Amino acid sequence: MKVQTFAIRSLLAGDRHAARVVPPSGFTAQLTLFAAGSMAFLAVFALALSLASGRLAQNWGEELARSATIRIIAPLDQRGAQTEAALRILQTTSGVESARALSDDEQQALLAPWFGNDLALDSLPVPRLIEVIETAQGMDVSGLRLRLSAEVPGAVLDDHERWRTPLVRAAARLRLLGWVSIALITVTVAAMITLAAQAALSANAQVIAVLRLVGATDDYIAQAFVRRFTLRALGGAGVGMVLGMIAVLLLPSASEAGSFLTGLSFRGWHWALPLCIPLLAGVVAFLATGAAARRTLRELA
Amino acid sequence: MIELENVAYSYGGGELLSDISLKLAPGSFHFLTGPSGAGKTTLMKLCYGALLPTAGHVRLFGADVRGLERDDIALVRRRVGVVYQDVQFLDHLNVTENISLPLTVSGRHAEAAGGDLGELMTWVGLTERADALPPELSGGERQRAALARAVIMSPDVVLADEPTGNIDWEMSQRLLRLLIELNKMGKTVLIATHDLSLIRAAKAHVQARVLRIANRRIQLAGADL
Repeated sequence: MKVQTFAIRSLLAGDRHAARVVPPSGFTAQLTLFAAGSMAFLAVFALALSLASGRLAQNWGEELARSATIRIIAPLDQRGAQTEAALRILQTTSGVESARALSDDEQQALLAPWFGNDLALDSLPVPRLIEVIETAQGMDVSGLRLRLSAEVPGAVLDDHERWRTPLVRAAARLRLLGWVSIALITVTVAAMITLAAQAALSANAQVIAVLRLVGATDDYIAQAFVRRFTLRALGGAGVGMVLGMIAVLLLPSASEAGSFLTGLSFRGWHWALPLCIPLLAGVVAFLATGAAARRTLRELA
Repeated sequence: MIELENVAYSYGGGELLSDISLKLAPGSFHFLTGPSGAGKTTLMKLCYGALLPTAGHVRLFGADVRGLERDDIALVRRRVGVVYQDVQFLDHLNVTENISLPLTVSGRHAEAAGGDLGELMTWVGLTERADALPPELSGGERQRAALARAVIMSPDVVLADEPTGNIDWEMSQRLLRLLIELNKMGKTVLIATHDLSLIRAAKAHVQARVLRIANRRIQLAGADL
């Protein structure tokens, strides 16, 4: 803890004298920068995935939960009457905010992807669809089903529950995967920085011996390394984060027709979240290097 | 200042030093001699906390080394200047920065000691080499730089382990004079050397006591030198 407060202070104060006592290292520094950068790049995508699948789960959950569909399957001559009857029942059902039968044009639009635009709906026994929007309290689905079966024999109520549940579960699982990826990336950064710091400490064993001989405390020696690796991780992750954001920006945005599926891109204030990635990398590097330095220094005279 | 009481030190199986009692009083000047491998360097290391005794007590400035934390040892080393035969520097820093390294690591920046630093550089004759990197220095220059680094904190004790080991006679005389001057300024000096002519040369200028390590023990050498 003492080492940490000391190191934070010197990190902020920017003690260049302390940083200079450790010789500059060219190649390994590049590697640390590169590793932090590529991990930050990946983290941006994992974050985008988590947020997008979270949105997806929420959209599907909310939109589908508040709507239901009634199909009227009846011979053409009875279809109109049964639709009327079903709408009347819905008007007196509590929990229903609105209900309306889809027009021929709307049904045609729904079927067009499968049968083309030239379909003559009037001559086919296509079921009539009634869209039901529920109030926030929701409606008594089984009660409605009973009333419909008594009065409208051709009505089938579908509250979307059957296919909504697995979809929402899949989206939630996807979101979990995204967060697990971010956690793994964080731990990997910690492992890489620890290895790099360990290597730097061993490579500088002679420097450390000289510093100990002239009366440097462990804190002082550690902070020279901590400062260096923290700044490297911060810088590398910053560059990786910016590149990742650019890549996300360049993703094709979700089209109007597919808006139900939401894009992978960030939305609104979520654009600010990736800015945390370099900070997280810096904090991870700070803690990992500090721990590695304390461990290594204890073993030296 | 530095006190050893019935100290023993063993490496692995064999005992290298045993039953050593020694007291370095303020302002004293000691030589430590004995054949190679007798334990001179080990004894020096016991004196600045680089090694812990396997038996007995070492007291540095009144505190038992066994009770000292790593940070306390660091503070002790700011009061003890150490010069080695194969002295190490930070090779990426120039001579001035290396000499002022003890100031840097103790949080006092070299600029603050500007005047003193210049004086010290002149005293050891390295003013001309101030900007050189350590690998560019000759053996004698390295030893003088090491001495300057050892005394820049104005330590109470200077420990020199074979300081004249790989430099010529004239240069070692010069180094010896510097150490004698330090002693006259009140510093406690302990020089480990196997070079008897160096000890004889010193005796003409300073009241020096000669300690000899033989058969794992330390004894005060007589006037036979």
